[in-house]
Amino acid sequence: MTTVEKPQYRVIGTRPIRPDGVEKVTGKALYGADIRLPGMIYGKVLRSPHAHARIRSIDTSAAEQAPGVLAVVTHADLPTAADRVEELGESAVNVKEVSENILASEKVLYRGHAVAAVAATSPHLAEEALKLIRVDYEVLPPVLDVLDAMREDAPLLDENRRTKTLMTGELSEKPSNIASYNRFQGGDVEAAFAEADVVVEREFRTKMVHQGYIEPQNSTASWNADGTLTIWTSTQGAFAVRNLVAEVLKKPIAQVKVVPMEIGGGFGGKLPIYLDPVAALLSKKSGRPVKIVMSRTEVFEATGPTSGTVIRVKAAAKGDRLTAVRASLFYEAGAFPGSSVGAGSMTMLAPYSVENFELHAYDVVVNKPKTAAYRAPGAPAAAFAIESVIDELARHQKVDPLVFRKVNSARKGTKMVNGIAFPRIGHEECVEAALNSDHYRSPIEGPYRGRGVASGYWFNGGMQSSVVVAVNTDGTVNLVEGSTDIGGTRASLAMQLAETLGIPYEDIRPSVVDTDSIGHNDVTGGSRTTFATGMAVYEAGMAVRREMVARAARLWGLPEDDVEYADGTVRSKKDGRQFTFKEVAAQSARTGGPITGKASLVARGVGGAYGTHIVDVEVDPETGKVTILRYTAVQDVGTAIHPSYVEGQIQGGVVQGIGWALNEEYVFDEEGRMVNASFLDYRMPTALDVPMIDTILVEVPNPGHPYGVRGVGEVPIVPPLAAIANAIYDATGHRFTELPMSPRRIVEALNGLA
Amino acid sequence: MQAFDYARPGSLAEALALAGNGRQVLFLAGGTDVIIQLREGRRSCDLLIDLKHIPELTRIADLPGGGLEIGAAVPLAEVYEHPRVRGDFPALVDAAGIIGGIAIQSRASLGGNLCNASPAADSSPALMALGATLRIAGPAGERELPVADFFLGPGRNALQPGEILVSVRVPALPPRAAAFYHRFIPRNEMDIAVASSGVFLALDEAGRIADARVALGAVAPTPILVPAAREVLVGREPDAEAFEAAGEAARAAASPIDDMRGSAAQRRHLSRVLTVRALEHALRRIRGGQPAGATH
Repeated sequence: MTTVEKPQYRVIGTRPIRPDGVEKVTGKALYGADIRLPGMIYGKVLRSPHAHARIRSIDTSAAEQAPGVLAVVTHADLPTAADRVEELGESAVNVKEVSENILASEKVLYRGHAVAAVAATSPHLAEEALKLIRVDYEVLPPVLDVLDAMREDAPLLDENRRTKTLMTGELSEKPSNIASYNRFQGGDVEAAFAEADVVVEREFRTKMVHQGYIEPQNSTASWNADGTLTIWTSTQGAFAVRNLVAEVLKKPIAQVKVVPMEIGGGFGGKLPIYLDPVAALLSKKSGRPVKIVMSRTEVFEATGPTSGTVIRVKAAAKGDRLTAVRASLFYEAGAFPGSSVGAGSMTMLAPYSVENFELHAYDVVVNKPKTAAYRAPGAPAAAFAIESVIDELARHQKVDPLVFRKVNSARKGTKMVNGIAFPRIGHEECVEAALNSDHYRSPIEGPYRGRGVASGYWFNGGMQSSVVVAVNTDGTVNLVEGSTDIGGTRASLAMQLAETLGIPYEDIRPSVVDTDSIGHNDVTGGSRTTFATGMAVYEAGMAVRREMVARAARLWGLPEDDVEYADGTVRSKKDGRQFTFKEVAAQSARTGGPITGKASLVARGVGGAYGTHIVDVEVDPETGKVTILRYTAVQDVGTAIHPSYVEGQIQGGVVQGIGWALNEEYVFDEEGRMVNASFLDYRMPTALDVPMIDTILVEVPNPGHPYGVRGVGEVPIVPPLAAIANAIYDATGHRFTELPMSPRRIVEALNGLA
Repeated sequence: MQAFDYARPGSLAEALALAGNGRQVLFLAGGTDVIIQLREGRRSCDLLIDLKHIPELTRIADLPGGGLEIGAAVPLAEVYEHPRVRGDFPALVDAAGIIGGIAIQSRASLGGNLCNASPAADSSPALMALGATLRIAGPAGERELPVADFFLGPGRNALQPGEILVSVRVPALPPRAAAFYHRFIPRNEMDIAVASSGVFLALDEAGRIADARVALGAVAPTPILVPAAREVLVGREPDAEAFEAAGEAARAAASPIDDMRGSAAQRRHLSRVLTVRALEHALRRIRGGQPAGATH
């Protein structure tokens, strides 16, 4: 569905082949694990077997003497880190905590927490040497549940941590595992509850889940004799890696070069650093390049999943209006502060205009891995809670659940919970498209079958991007950029440049280069790259156009104002003389040298986006198994630069949402050991578990972007959890408020087994 | 991973000599379990003996009387693609076709699946329902053991040091008989049974149940036979009431644990549900309406 605001484009909206496609399907693309350097050796990391313990001592002497071992490092090898916050885009990190997470000093705070590392001439010898490191632990009681961690008598992860109230900046007197508390409020919730037709109050729980990217974290570091350091790694942000490594190792930024390799999935989980400084230190000590690749178990236990949550919601309706919402959101941060509760509370009510609200957000540390961003971090759990409650309110009021969402929809001018008014947004259009869809108009029939709907919102990141466009003498163009490509952005950026320059997409070769070769680019995260780097590409393209106008004006002896650029051609307004793009390019050597354009910016004008999903399920009441019969995801995508990749993002997000809803969860034993740290027992959906995900692209262009781009990659994981819960309710009459809605949970509930 | 020696005997006699030499020995057939176990340090050995080049372990052969002998190292894909297996023993296709994924099935073997002695192994209840026996060779000669007697506990089987599982012998089915195996998994592939049921059903000329066997997986320390289910079935009409009674017997026989793959209550419940459904499928198979490997 295209709105009237969308202009006609030549390249944008077509579906060309991605520039990285052939290398990937022929197996030639280089990933971090493919790196092999002369003299390279292999690192392995020793990890804590305990969820919470004090380190009394670490004895590495036997490991240092083991066959093939060339270096052993512990936290003692790291410089003392500054206690300050570094912005990472989707998340901010405290450098001291990053350093502590990379190699623990005094305490281990989760099972899998890195304690030491060995580099040896083979990975097997390194592994054997790990067994020779003696760590003397004083085991402490772990705290694993977010509500338990908030109790006054809970074991403290950090005796010096005090609760920071974000509205005032105040710190609590007593130490606590609650790292921060925040509140948003407006109107009069109590009065609205008193006047309501119906008030629903529920508590929702979600478990810690992982992004499940296929490629494990890896890093290869070469510390040179002159102190310069090169790192080849799998990351969503090479510059973030560079800056953090420089900070943690106390090196000048220019001495660290990070080469981003092709990335086998990130979804937010490859924003933090884990292995890079460790490989660097091992390389420094051994004098050899050192490569470390995590195992899947290490990925589960020692990288950043997303928060487990408890969310309490009380909401009211009067007639077909949503009149009040009070919610408390308790999010597990993991071992160090910084859960996604902030974004959870900011997005929870974003689809709606609700006058009376009160949101309380708690960021709580527990003895589990430090959480990281995961696709729309914080939003899916919050949407699971509010969209389930809205389903109940609409049912009670006998209003169609989509009509209820439309009536209460946020639109341009509606205030977000932080008081800022929305620009042009497209939630209403999404609900409308869902109402008119073939899916919603088709009946769902049969026993234990049901339909559910839900909406969701996610932001669009701006931040810093820098690109260079170089025109070659044959009229082909190199686009040099520093945003790692995790979702087809080489294609979406080249397409925007082709549109700007009026030349064929195939004439543009985009490359993602290392940190020495382009200005700083913030991470590929927050659904920002096609938007923000796309804006930089547009501006660099406009600079090329101006340069071409200047070159032609010089050749024709005309003032620049008399020359114009249109459709890949430079024209004299006076006499109609013209040069094609290729003709100007061919003459560059005698008109002033190479033609380039560059742009560096902090992108403004972000366009947040909405999705509304419809799902049909069938539940086997005897086994509790849920089959997804049909799924339609409607999303406002602003402008779909490359519709296939937009659809792919939506389908991928939905599949991750289906996994989260139905089967995925970290299962811990009482001591805080994850007992399902493999893809066998951490059950992501397989190809046989999901139907074709149908997509409906709604295009409400973002007025803040030259091509109307909104972020599209994260929104689609927000609605599925609630949509599926609502469908299961429709099928069974049972309201599930705890994830995952696994066969076990459903069969126990439907058969009274628990 | 520690270093170990590797040997590739070309005959059973050579393999038995290697296996009995006093070193810590592990066997390699498909390797889909043992390689992972060695890599992850869950098992160790001085000598890994590759069994894939021994004729007796790598062939499928007819037995007199209509039975079939399947070498212990034959890949599952060869088992379930075999025309006689597909024609006469579709329950084996039910089981062999869902162990791991397609890639795993082209390497993994029936013998490996049995010797691992996982309570949740898919081949075990199917072979128990089929009344299969195991041919075992050792320093003292050969012996034959019912599959049902092979499992001693999680990860423990009845092989003595120096013994090698040579083959699985599946006897011919009587007339008007069929077996069926299925399991419950949360996903639709690449998973381990939360509970499973393999059944065998034979009807007499009057259409009543002449013989039956019910075996369960993942609900006890070993796969188990449920004799009580046979007792309630034999002599009755193969109807919903009889199947329900057998399901109840299965539920009563299950003694499962709670773990991350399922709860004890869920597994007891599934023992009944899966057994009733398996009996219905077996009956359909007798009547000619249930192809091999059709369900999970």
